[in-house]
Amino acid sequence: MVNRLVVGAHYGMRDWLAQRITAAIMAVYTVIVAAIVLMNAPLKYVGWQALFAQGWMRVATLLFAVSLAWHAWVGVRDILMDYIKQDGLRLALQVMTLLLIGAYVGWTIQILWR
Amino acid sequence: MSTASSAKKLRPKYLTLPAILFEIRLPLPGWISILHRVSGALLVFPLAAWLLYLLDASLASEAGFERIRAHYLQMVSVKIGLLVFIWAYCHHFCAGIRFLLLDLNKGIELRQARISSVIVLIVSLALTVVFGARLW
Repeated sequence: MVNRLVVGAHYGMRDWLAQRITAAIMAVYTVIVAAIVLMNAPLKYVGWQALFAQGWMRVATLLFAVSLAWHAWVGVRDILMDYIKQDGLRLALQVMTLLLIGAYVGWTIQILWR
Repeated sequence: MSTASSAKKLRPKYLTLPAILFEIRLPLPGWISILHRVSGALLVFPLAAWLLYLLDASLASEAGFERIRAHYLQMVSVKIGLLVFIWAYCHHFCAGIRFLLLDLNKGIELRQARISSVIVLIVSLALTVVFGARLW
């Protein structure tokens, strides 16, 4: 048996699980939207606009954006923790990542509810 | 004991860039893994920002939609950019499903893991070709 001292609040487990759940959400959205777009090809503005005018599509897209934000945050944080050894630089890059991802979500809301 | 002889061997002690590039030879599942990371990073930046720009412009007005469809997407550099996006998305998608299955202890034997790596590589490239062909 490995004698391991377990400390902390298990943030790693929560993020690990969140990354996988958000991945599944995005995968389902991707397949549905890809199918709709491919079945309606070639795409015209009227159809494109009508697709994103529907309530369920807006909510689904927002759900996708929030999933992406959480998923991408965990992923980028892992990358930065692996390769950027200098604390100050890593913190700066992590803050920039959060700002970038936050801006993505804001932009998505702006596009969807114009 | 063997510890004395193995201690003399020169091994890459840290994952330095030269070690990653020239000393460590990645097996195929390793390539799937690092490409999953590379494609993920590319998708976060700059591809997500670019796609949001395209969504914004194409939904804003009919003129915007036509400008994207008839002019912007006809540029070769834009098409190459979209091709990179398509590959990154398809690879991240396929490799991600493989990792989810591995998390569920599906296909963790060496042989199956190698086969699924080949499948991920081929399917994501094939999807890139299919969608890329529609683009051109």
